[in-house]
Amino acid sequence: MANEVQYIFDQKNLSKSEPQKYREEDLRREEMIINIGPQHPSTHGVLRLEVVASGEEVVEVIPHLGYLHRCFEKHAESLPFNQTLPFVDRMDYLAAMNSEHAFAMGVERMMGIEDKIPKRVEYIRVVVAELNRLASHFVALGSYGMDIGAVTAFFWMVRDREHILRLLEWASGARMLYNYIWVGGLFYDLPIGFEERCKEFVKYLKPKLKEFEQVVMENKIFVDRTANVGVLPLDLAINYGISGPMLRGSGLKYDLRRADGYSVYPELDFEVPVGKGEVGTTGDCWDRTWVRVCECYESIRIIEQSLERLTGDLKRTRDFDPREMVPKKIRPKAQDLYVRAENPKGETGFFFRADGRSDIPFRCKARGASFTNLSIINELAKGSLIADLIAIFGSIDIVLGEVDR
Amino acid sequence: MIFEELINHIKSNIGEDFIEGLDEQCSPKAVVVSAEKLLRLMGFLHADKECYFDSLSCITGLDNGVEKASMEVIYNLYSIPYNHHLTVKVNLGRAKPEIDSVTSVWKAADWHEREAYDLLGIHFEGHPDLRRILLPADWEGHPLRKDYKHQEYYRGIKVEY
Repeated sequence: MANEVQYIFDQKNLSKSEPQKYREEDLRREEMIINIGPQHPSTHGVLRLEVVASGEEVVEVIPHLGYLHRCFEKHAESLPFNQTLPFVDRMDYLAAMNSEHAFAMGVERMMGIEDKIPKRVEYIRVVVAELNRLASHFVALGSYGMDIGAVTAFFWMVRDREHILRLLEWASGARMLYNYIWVGGLFYDLPIGFEERCKEFVKYLKPKLKEFEQVVMENKIFVDRTANVGVLPLDLAINYGISGPMLRGSGLKYDLRRADGYSVYPELDFEVPVGKGEVGTTGDCWDRTWVRVCECYESIRIIEQSLERLTGDLKRTRDFDPREMVPKKIRPKAQDLYVRAENPKGETGFFFRADGRSDIPFRCKARGASFTNLSIINELAKGSLIADLIAIFGSIDIVLGEVDR
Repeated sequence: MIFEELINHIKSNIGEDFIEGLDEQCSPKAVVVSAEKLLRLMGFLHADKECYFDSLSCITGLDNGVEKASMEVIYNLYSIPYNHHLTVKVNLGRAKPEIDSVTSVWKAADWHEREAYDLLGIHFEGHPDLRRILLPADWEGHPLRKDYKHQEYYRGIKVEY
């Protein structure tokens, strides 16, 4: 086997490996095709953009996906529900806890044990999910700064994200792909001292966020690059199924944590920030970024309140077992179910079909927030400059693991 | 509106025979509609003042296998201002799965339909740009079909690992 040739040279392979939607003959006068990616830092992963440009102006953007496609759905059709959870981590790998939470919630709803999950478990889930939301927003903000030339922001954000990853590593044992939230419970209770350390961290974080605001959001260069660029009107956003900070950036107060009120979010006090067009037009790149910054503050508020409960009336006891409700056999009744939850990037949904005879789903479809959000790129970038295309693309905040699944 | 009200509203506005069946086991509860009537129903659900399903969350394609010889397409609709929801299901024959595209109603359907075409081989009539989206253009077969067998070689690269 070792000497077997894996790849045979064939002249035709070269032409096949350049799948363009447009050929040279299709272009009008003065138009050209510019290829961005799949190995380009500003595409945030392995995404290829075929850009039809007329001089500096973008005529059309055609994204080519699939470089990171692992067919999550096919894997899910051959594995029991609880063993699919690690695969869910690998979809949105910057916010694994949030996706796990959505998936576990869906299976619990099918099993009919959603209301029986202990309060402490739910609050721990919210804490780790919000910590992960912070981490995901930090990557979004930091790398967005870097996309348009502010390197300091990236260093600061990654520095603070590292604290979060270490906290989560302490709880779960892994830096990014946790498998911490299980169907019916948790892998383990929080380690002793976690709540206190987390409180310290939150106290440390607030002034750092303020600092980020002053250095990036109020920066004249940043404002010039993002205000009035890539304006997304609200009706178009809704029609395209856009969700998360992108939708709220266009001015709609719509957050699934509030609209659906899942988990313990109805018990918590937090605001839903929206874009108001403070420096430009409502729905521009600056607004989307601003919504993310504001959401970081709201996540901190949620974490503080949850920690208050976790050290107060829900504090750890000797006989607390986070796996108490974890079912021995996950075999839901035959049914279809669509569950959705608010990920840092938008609405993450799972469609399940259980056949009632096995613990393997008959069909498990994942609706990635990044996938749907990315589909609007052509609409946003049409008619803008190529430099603005990078700014627009960065403000969408995608993760390729979730786009390609 | 709750589910029963929605059903009555649809029936009284576009006809009794429009809905083939209901699936109350599904969450959110579902209506079953035939492929020919889908586009008209969706247009109504989107534009009607009292339904106003402005957001299409997800389109799921589904293969029931060779024995049942059927496929399904499932649409998850949400209304942001009214906060109500509905699932719409369509059954298709497996030999030649064809259905009208709803891209004229929701642009969100564009990529979801392309994905269903790519992974399950369901054709969406009237889709502006029905190409494969996740797999390469020259890939053979549709992986999420229950009887899918992957090709042995892809451009000289062994597929089995």
